[in-house]
Order: sequence, then structure tokens, then C-alpha cells
Amino acid sequence: MSTWPQVGAIARRSVLRTSRQPASVIPPLIFPIALMAVNAGGLRSSTDLPGFPTTSFLAFALAVPFIQGALFSTMNAGTDLARDVQTGFINRLSLTALRDWALLTGQLAGVVVLGIVQVVFYLLVGLAAGVRFESGPAGIAVLLVYGAIVSLAFGALGAWLAFRTGSGETIQALFPVLFVFLFISSMNTPRNLIGVDWFRVAATLNPVSYMIECVRSLIITGWDLQALALGFGFVIVLGIASLMLASRSLRTRMTRT
Amino acid sequence: MGRVELDNGIEVEGLVREYKKGPRAVDGIDISVAPGEIYGFLGPNGAGKSTTVHVLTTLLPPTTGTARVGGYDVVKHGPKVRGLIGVALQEAALDPLLTGRDHLRLQATLQGVRKDQRAARADELLRRVGLADAADRKVAGYSGGMKRRLDLALALVHSPRVLFLDEPTTGLDPQSRTALWEEVSLLRREDGVTVFLTTQYLEEADVLADRVGIIDQGKIVAEGTPADLKAEIGRPSVHAIPLREDDRPRIAEFLARFGEPLASSRDVAVRLREGLGLTDIVRAVDQNGVDVADLELRAPTLDDVFLAKTGRTLEGAAEEAEVAQPEKRR
Repeated sequence: MSTWPQVGAIARRSVLRTSRQPASVIPPLIFPIALMAVNAGGLRSSTDLPGFPTTSFLAFALAVPFIQGALFSTMNAGTDLARDVQTGFINRLSLTALRDWALLTGQLAGVVVLGIVQVVFYLLVGLAAGVRFESGPAGIAVLLVYGAIVSLAFGALGAWLAFRTGSGETIQALFPVLFVFLFISSMNTPRNLIGVDWFRVAATLNPVSYMIECVRSLIITGWDLQALALGFGFVIVLGIASLMLASRSLRTRMTRT
Repeated sequence: MGRVELDNGIEVEGLVREYKKGPRAVDGIDISVAPGEIYGFLGPNGAGKSTTVHVLTTLLPPTTGTARVGGYDVVKHGPKVRGLIGVALQEAALDPLLTGRDHLRLQATLQGVRKDQRAARADELLRRVGLADAADRKVAGYSGGMKRRLDLALALVHSPRVLFLDEPTTGLDPQSRTALWEEVSLLRREDGVTVFLTTQYLEEADVLADRVGIIDQGKIVAEGTPADLKAEIGRPSVHAIPLREDDRPRIAEFLARFGEPLASSRDVAVRLREGLGLTDIVRAVDQNGVDVADLELRAPTLDDVFLAKTGRTLEGAAEEAEVAQPEKRR
């Protein structure tokens, strides 16, 4: 039996589940945009700083929802899978011909689909607000690909946490911890303009800074190969590590002979 | 090892399953279920029923011993076993956000049902379990009985030859319970499906099963047809409810003259000696001026079989298990 129909069936379930939970769909769309709007209003004068890379703080801040949305993907993917463990649904799946990797791939495919929907929404909001994409249509295409990879990587991280802990509550408790990474990044200020030393060092060590800067470069710079390489590099490393950990934990969780 | 002759049967030899830091959940059991047979696995909570089902359905490896389902070894040929069994576990484990039809569509795909047959198979099963009208409603709105029926439909989606039902009627109302019994009987009668059914309900095992295995503390304490098991006990029991609680010791002492005392928290009971009947007791009660609120003669039940083999009633054993349930770990 081919495994791809299994992947498709699991992905379909993942999308159906999420689409039927307004609490899983609306916050990842609205909350990052709302935070961006607040920041864009309050921090507009940052653009007056010498060396600030753009005159539009909105264009500068638009990169943040892409990563913030991915964090929601982590929580959603993780909580869904943890619930499957808690309710015994994973045993139901284990009793079918479903292969381990097909479950993980299908679940993540669903996360990626929803991640792309989020990216398109953020893009449309940005375009409607007058943000100009310096990298043009090709840059937007790269952004969609990047959004998919980010969703995959963070979704895999959520899947690993789910299989490891088997607890939706634990995943939700970890969510604020992941948000700390977002806040100690270059989300609101370019790293070279951060005046507080420890914060600048923390932001420089934080991979999330490079993910944001990758997206930001496509919006406000054009084609910055170094930013793209670092952004793609970090997210690919995170994705591979998370996938390996998730696969290992899944094998333990889906015990069957 | 390849397939053996018993295509739809179940063969278990010396099966042991130990949990870490816990006792033996299953302690060296032997079971043989013939093709097309309904085998009732009866026991209180914590007796080892579900662990046995988890091993036979490949969800848990045995610690020692062997088990073959449909001729395939559950350890060596896990995927083959999964392909020929249908399973409804104790927890229905349904996704509240999916509809009944979504579940069947998912299950059919994962079980390898051909794409052009999935929709028809889903419709057929939804009709069969009486959920056609609720097919497109989310499972969150289903009653307990509807969830159990959907669970059964999911177990049947790939036309399994062997069906495992782990306490399928626990928590169901009598009407839903009877409907499920009828469906299980029909499956055996019309499709020749072998059914391995765990239950803690005496009536369920009595009504449904061709043969019953009684398990307690991981060991099988009795096995046979319900009629044979009850015949083994043979003699009826007499149960007296004292008029006053203070009279209980006196009545127990009095009744002990007529047979072996039986443990019971509700009444005073004895298994009658050969040749004695209710009239002998009534006459003696009358002659000796013993006050009883009620006096009842009971034919042997499977609970009596359990009592005779373990010294406890099923209900009492279940209460003990709840108090002393050890933490189970894989």
C-alpha cells in the first residue's frame, strides 16, 4: 500500500481540526498583526535613529508576524498531537497500517498548509497597509517558501514536545518560553542599534533574530544574500534537529510490534 | 514462523506481561479461541484484560510467552496481525472535532481500503451501526452509545477476520448495550468473525460468549462455556437478608448448618449442600424462630464461579483493584 494517501489523510485531518477551532485559527492571524500595529504606532520614531534601515516602521515590523505566527504553529501542532496521545487516538492510528513517518509528515503537512495561509494573510495586510516589497514578486515567492519551511521547523518542534511530554498542558505552558526568544531578538530594533549591551549580545546569539532579519531583508532591503543564508540556515538546522527528535520520540510513543 | 492452520483463531501460550515497577499484569495465561467463536474475557478492573488485548493487538510486546492471531505471531508479524484484526479499545478515542464520516474516511484510507470503495464502505457501516443520520455531525455531540457504535464501525472498516472489543459496553445504557450485543452476534453469524471480548459484566459474558475465560490478578482461574462453568459450581446458594443488622452473626451461624458460607457484604449466603433445597431452609427458619427480611435461592452465576475460584465476588475484586491499582508503566 502506498504511504502517500496516508500522509494526505493525516494532513487533511490536521487542516480540518484546525479549521474547526476558531481559537486555533483567529489568534495566529489577528494577534501578530495587532502586536505589529501597536509597535508600529509606538515605535514609529525609531526610524529617526541614524542608521535605521527604513523610513517605514511598519515595513520593518512586518517581518515579526511571520515568526510569531510560526510560534502559534508550534503550539497548535504540539497541542493537537499531545491530545492524540492523551486520548488514545494515537493507539487507534497505531493499529492501522499507518507508518510512523507518514503520521509525522501528514501532521506537518497540515501545519505547513496553515502556515502558508498565515503568511498570505500577513502579506496581504502588509500590502494593504502600503508596505512595498523591495525584492519584488520573486521575493514574495521566496517569502512563501520561507514561511513554509519555518512552519515545518516550528511544527516539528511542537511535535517533538508533544511526543516527548504527551501533555497538551505542558505544550501550552512552554509557549510563553518560546515567546521570550521572540522578545529578546531584533524584532523591534536592528541589532546594531540596540544600546543595551547584554540585550544586543542576547539578540545576536538568538537564532530568531536571523529568521526575522531574513524576512525583513526581503521586505526592506531587496536581495541580501547573507541575511537569506543565515535565515534559511538557522531554520533548516532547527527543522532537521526537530524532525530527528520528533521521529525518535514518535517511535517510542507509537509502540507496536 | 508463517501462518498456521487456524486462520481466524487466537492462540496464546504462557503469556506474561510485566510493567516496570509493577506486578505482573498478565501472569502466564494460555488461551485458544477457535475461528468464528465469541470468547468472553471476564474479570474485574485491573485483572489483566486490557493488557492482554494490548498484547494480542500488537500495542504491547509480551514479556515472555507467545501469541498468534490469525496464524501470525504478534511479535514477529505485527503488521500482518494489524491487517487482519479490528479493534475497539476501552477508551473510544475519537476526535471530537471530526464527524462520524470523517473518521470512517480517515480509517478507511489508513487501512488501505481502495479509494473508489471508501465512500460506499463508510455509508454501509454508518447504516449498519445506526449512525447514518448523525454521519455529518461532529463526534463532540455524540452520546456515549453513539461513540461506541462509531468505534465498532471503525473497527470493521477493512472487514477484519478477528475483532477485539475491550469492554465495549462499559457506561452504556441497557438499550445501547443490547443493540451492540446484537451487532456482535450478527458479525459472527453472518461474517464468521472471531470475537475476543473483554467485559466486567457477567450478563454480557453469559449472553454473548460461546466460551468464557475468567481472569483475576493476571491468571486465568476458570475457562469453559458459561453453562459448563456454572454446572461446575453445581449447587445453588441461599441468600438471607437479616431483619436487623445485629442478627447477622446469628443468621450466619444458623445458615452454616446447610452449606459452605459465601463472602457477601450485602447479605448472608451459603452454597447449599447436595440434596438440600429452599424448603429445608424455610422450614428450619420457621422452627428456630429466625427473623429474616428476605430469603432467596439463586442458581449459580458466573459471579459464583468467580467467587468459587478466587474467594471474592467480581464487585469486591473491582473495589480492591481500585484501591490498590499500581501505577502502570510501559
